[in-house]
Amino acid sequence: MAIPTDVRYTKSHEWARLDGNTVVVGISDHAQEQLGDVVHVDLPKVGRTLAAGATAAEIESVKAVSDIYAPVGGKVVAVNDGLDDSPDLVNRDAYGEGWLFKIEVADAGALDALLDAAAYAALVG
Amino acid sequence: MTELLRTPFFAHHQAAGGRLIDFGGWELPVQYEGILAEHRRVRASVGLFDVSHMGEVRLVGPRALEAARLLVSNDLNIEDGQAQYTAMCNERGGIVDDLIVYRISAAEIFICVNAANRQKDTDWIRAHNPFPDQVEVRAEHDDWAQVAVQGRNALATLQRLTDLPLADVRGYWFTQGRVAGVDGCIVARTGYTGEDGFEVFLPVAGADDIWSALLDAGRGFAEGDLAPIGLGARDTLRLEAKMNLYGSEMTDDTTPLETGLAWVTKLDKPAFIGRDAILAQREAGVPRRQVCLDVAERIARPHCPILVDGVVVGEVSSGTRSPSLDRNIAIGMVAAAHSKPGTRLVVDVRGKMADAEVVRGPFYKRPY
Repeated sequence: MAIPTDVRYTKSHEWARLDGNTVVVGISDHAQEQLGDVVHVDLPKVGRTLAAGATAAEIESVKAVSDIYAPVGGKVVAVNDGLDDSPDLVNRDAYGEGWLFKIEVADAGALDALLDAAAYAALVG
Repeated sequence: MTELLRTPFFAHHQAAGGRLIDFGGWELPVQYEGILAEHRRVRASVGLFDVSHMGEVRLVGPRALEAARLLVSNDLNIEDGQAQYTAMCNERGGIVDDLIVYRISAAEIFICVNAANRQKDTDWIRAHNPFPDQVEVRAEHDDWAQVAVQGRNALATLQRLTDLPLADVRGYWFTQGRVAGVDGCIVARTGYTGEDGFEVFLPVAGADDIWSALLDAGRGFAEGDLAPIGLGARDTLRLEAKMNLYGSEMTDDTTPLETGLAWVTKLDKPAFIGRDAILAQREAGVPRRQVCLDVAERIARPHCPILVDGVVVGEVSSGTRSPSLDRNIAIGMVAAAHSKPGTRLVVDVRGKMADAEVVRGPFYKRPY
């Protein structure tokens, strides 16, 4: 199970990667494995302002629906449209092509409060 | 804590890396390699299902066939070696279970019942046996293991393990004999996937032999090797083929006419439990009907309300994203006025409204 060190994690299994003043968000390898085959992703609208911890997206697998929470607060500036045709990207490349949405943050230190790789590994190990 | 029940194939599921879940009190795999991959494997080639949790009841005695005819909705106008799918109803016309009845002879009837209804059906059949002095009711649930081999390569796979002439066994017929060295098997050309295939009842002691033999025999097909298939794909396969699931499409409170089972309900049969109630419903006009739905944008799930002009007219009983069609499909039940193919409806999926259209089922028909 992959737990890359260049991202931070939430207890609800999202990952967040800082890219300038934008945070890219996805779900962890552990989460995609637990979900099973992803068949549909419901993403937030670009321009929407999310509070940290708010329900941002919905991921549906064959058997279940899972809420995805914003790891940090900010404005949604991009969503991964590729998931419309290929929701399975979430399974195949959870930290890369399976990204969900990007949030513009005011504060670059926003990720500091999240779990680092070691802490997330302890959570799911 | 109550322990979960295990089938004779449990160790094989563990060895194959099956993800085990609690399925109505049974510890069974929901998936192995993944639901979509397993679904596609069955549609393209062949898959192996453990269905040992199903129950078996045998009626034995000179009036066994007569007794069965009084218990079930279908006519059982079948010959020795032939099987028939049917409902078994209560006095209100509600469905106690859906079953397959196998006529071994007029004096020996073998019935396969849903896992969840093992005890309910046994009790029901015993309580409603019309000829208790002449027909014995035997519960054989624990005597049998059962596998299903489904897909276009199912026959070829199974034929490698038996001298029984499988090509001569037509749809819904069965034969008995030795498979993979295991004597006393019942081999039926039936299934719950919409593909060709067989369901094999075998004495429990033969379980290990048959599972390993099937995995071996299923190798080398261009379309893909045989592999075990879990409950997740079992559900998407049967849904695409518009096959009802007891507890979802059918309950004690739904009649066969309401649940798309008029075709197995022979109201011209002189008598069967529930006949009068079902006839009366037909005279009065069946108030609600099963529909197949094509759902736009969202995946409908069980119990999602169905609306027309903002008014709830029914609800979804099963829904999924169809792996074979790459569309969202669902089965539901709505007020009869809204049940015609082409009718436009709205499905409330967790607060978001999704357009849907009534379509003619099944969603998937095998191309061979």
